[in-house]
Formats: sequence, structure tokens, C-alpha cells
Amino acid sequence: MSQTYHYLVRRLHSFAGIFPVGIFLLMHLFINSFALRGEAAYNRAVGFVNNIPGLVYLEILLIGVPIAFHALYGLWVTYVTKTSIFQYYYFRNWMFYLQRLTAVITLIFVVWHVWVLRIVRVFTGTEMTFLTVQAWLANPLYLTFYIIGLLAAVYHFSNGLWSFLVTWGITIGPESQRLTLYVCTVIFILLGIAGINSVYAFIR
Amino acid sequence: MSEILVKIKRQDGPKSKSYWEEFKVPLKTNMNVISILMEIQKNPVNAKGQQTVPVVWDCNCLEEVCGACTMVINGVPRQACAALVKDLKQPIVLRPLTKFPVVRDLMVDRNVMFENLKKIQGWIPIDGTYDLGPGPRIAPARRDEAYPIATCMTCGCCMEACPNVNSRTTYIGPAAIAQAKLFNTHPTGAMNKEERLDAVAGDGGIVDCGNAQNCERVCPKLIPLVSIIAEMNRETVFRGFTRWLKGKPQKAAFDEPIG
Repeated sequence: MSQTYHYLVRRLHSFAGIFPVGIFLLMHLFINSFALRGEAAYNRAVGFVNNIPGLVYLEILLIGVPIAFHALYGLWVTYVTKTSIFQYYYFRNWMFYLQRLTAVITLIFVVWHVWVLRIVRVFTGTEMTFLTVQAWLANPLYLTFYIIGLLAAVYHFSNGLWSFLVTWGITIGPESQRLTLYVCTVIFILLGIAGINSVYAFIR
Repeated sequence: MSEILVKIKRQDGPKSKSYWEEFKVPLKTNMNVISILMEIQKNPVNAKGQQTVPVVWDCNCLEEVCGACTMVINGVPRQACAALVKDLKQPIVLRPLTKFPVVRDLMVDRNVMFENLKKIQGWIPIDGTYDLGPGPRIAPARRDEAYPIATCMTCGCCMEACPNVNSRTTYIGPAAIAQAKLFNTHPTGAMNKEERLDAVAGDGGIVDCGNAQNCERVCPKLIPLVSIIAEMNRETVFRGFTRWLKGKPQKAAFDEPIG
């Protein structure tokens, strides 16, 4: 039945944004932060991830497929929206718009990021080390795009988390939605600082 | 005597091209947008001094309970009867609602809202061949929850402000979802709860909501549409899970043909 299908797909899209895509973002930022402890610590953390058994399968099934689904269906969701931010200057309307704007920025960033730092590696056979990332981030253009992409992804996750709670009927009333707004704002700030801090470790 | 400058987006027919026309209307005390339009009707001369056809609009109750005179006034969808000139910035810009087909000038066809109410079964079926007797009593708490939703006048402000109600979607909009909750809250209406929830979870249903929350901001009846949609989100999720986990109700054996 097409009706159930539409409902299911849209809900799966919301679910996939947090599990596993959001969780993966948190793990990724966590692993990145090992750079703060120096080159050796970062290389050990990356080495640990690279030695996970069946890594390629996990990457495809738990990360690649859900991200591709979330992104492609999300593009459709973005397409069927008509922007009205200059007609309705309401806070949530702007957040709604930014959610879609950051979606597109994040998608472009992730495709590029995965291509240069993951897929190209398969062809060239180069190891992923602190120095690889350092050389890459030495380009000011890449660095700027990386920070924009990082903040877009973190915003999309934080606001998406707020939206997820409404979409699944968990935060129903205005008080609970206000509280989760504060919590998600703090999450956005903390993840943003943590992410940029890790980047800083590579360029200092 | 001072004058009000009014800019109106006009359209001669459903398929005609729209155009803007300006009017200068003499200011009187206690004017609202309807009385501006009535002044234009009395003296259909535009700001350039040219004779023109009077502007067509829709209205009925003139006390913000019918929703007929809903139009976009200075960028916000609202009722023309409740829009007082003294509160409006000039020039006053009037446009027909953009989410509904224009009939003429400021008059639109909001039939789609009626169709959406039919989709969600916005009624309580009590018709029968015999007297069904009195219905169950309504708890005061349920009544308090239902009353604000019952003030909905299907004016279309929520649909107009919603970024996800547009020509690319079939989204039924906040009003219809709220009405589904209204009739599900009623103890007799609750007998058809599942059917309404399935309709709300259907094509163009609640999943098309993107949490922009403009609907609640523009609702002239201050209906808590955001909370209603969030609650219906929960209800449809539970309904979806139980329907799948439990399966369809088993039919009695004598319904099945033998052999």
C-alpha cells in the first residue's frame, strides 16, 4: 500500500538521521579529538578504527547505505519545500530553512570528504595518518570548507535531534520543546567547539 | 482629509494573469480592510484616477469566526474583517491566498480543505435506522482539550503559512490533522479512531509536516497546532506499530465459506 510506504519511508528517514548517522557523527568527532593528544595518539586511534574486523562491510551497511538513503530522500524532502523565511520571520521557520540549507552543504561536504579521505585511499593505497590530514588541512581553501562543512553537519545533527523528538511525538508541549531547544543548542555549541578544536590540533 | 494607500493584487479570472492596482481610499474612523474594499466598491477609481472594476472579495460573518475573508494582508494571512486600518502599516498590501486557486481578485477556492476534512473523516457517524440513545459523557479534561480545536473555521491561514503545503506536495495541512484529533477526542468519535489515524498517516498526511511551526504563529484562533501535530505523530507511530505487530483482527469462523 503506497500510503503506509510513504509514512514508513519518511519515518525511516527521520530515524536514520539519528541512528546510525548521528551516532556515527559523534563517534567520528570523538576519534578526531585524539589529535589533541598529539600525532601518536591520533595515529593509534585511527589505527584502532582501521583494524576493526569487517570494517568495509560495517562502513557500507552501517554508514554508507543509511547516509545515502538519508541524503537522497532528504533532497526530495528539501525539494518539496517552498521557502518563506523573508515572509515569516519566525524563529522556527528560520531553523526549518537552515536545516535544509545545512543538509545540502553537509551533503556536498561529505561527498567530497569521503572521496578525498576515504575512497581515493583505496585506489592509491596510502595510509591514513596525522600527517595526511595535516597536509590536507594546510590548504586554506580546504580548511575553510572543512570548518563550514563541520559546522553545517553539527547544526544539522543538533537541530535534527530537536526535530526528531517532535516527529516521533516525544516532546509534545511547548515547555518540553523549549527545554530540548536549550539542550540541543548546548549540544550544537559543544560539538562545534570540539570539532574546531580537533581541527586546530592539525594546524597549530 | 487623509487617505489610505492600498495595493491590491488582482486577477480577472482563474486563468488570467495577475496584476497590481493601487487605490487611494478616504480614511474614516474605525476602518478595517473590509471597509476599505467597500469604499473601492462604492467608487471604483484607482490611484491614477482611472475608472476600474470593483475588487472582488469574499466575506460573511465580519467577526472573525467564518474565515471567508482570509487574505494575505501585509505579508501575513489573516481575516480582513479583523485587520484594523489603525494597526496596519501603509501602504496596505492585499493579496489573495497563494495556496489555493484564485477565483477572482481576492477570492479563492478553498475546496481542498473540505476534501482534506473528508479524508480524515471529520465527523462523528451517528446516523442509523433506530435511536442510538445518549452518547457517553465527555470528561472535562477532554472537553477542554477539544474546545480550542472546535473553534477552527477552516480559514486556511495555517495552510498558507506552511512551507510544506505547495504545488509539489499533497500535504493535507495542520487544520485537517487537528480536526482528526478533535473527533478522536470525542468518546463517540473515538469509535472510528483507527480509521482517522490511518488517514492522518496516509498520503499527504502528517509525515509531510516539517516542524516549521508557522501554522501556530498565524492561526487566528490560537489553536495549539504544534502540540496537536506532535501528539498525532505519537498516536500514528503507536498505531503503526500495533497494527503491524498485532496484525489485522481475526474474523469470526462463520464469516469464512466452508470447504
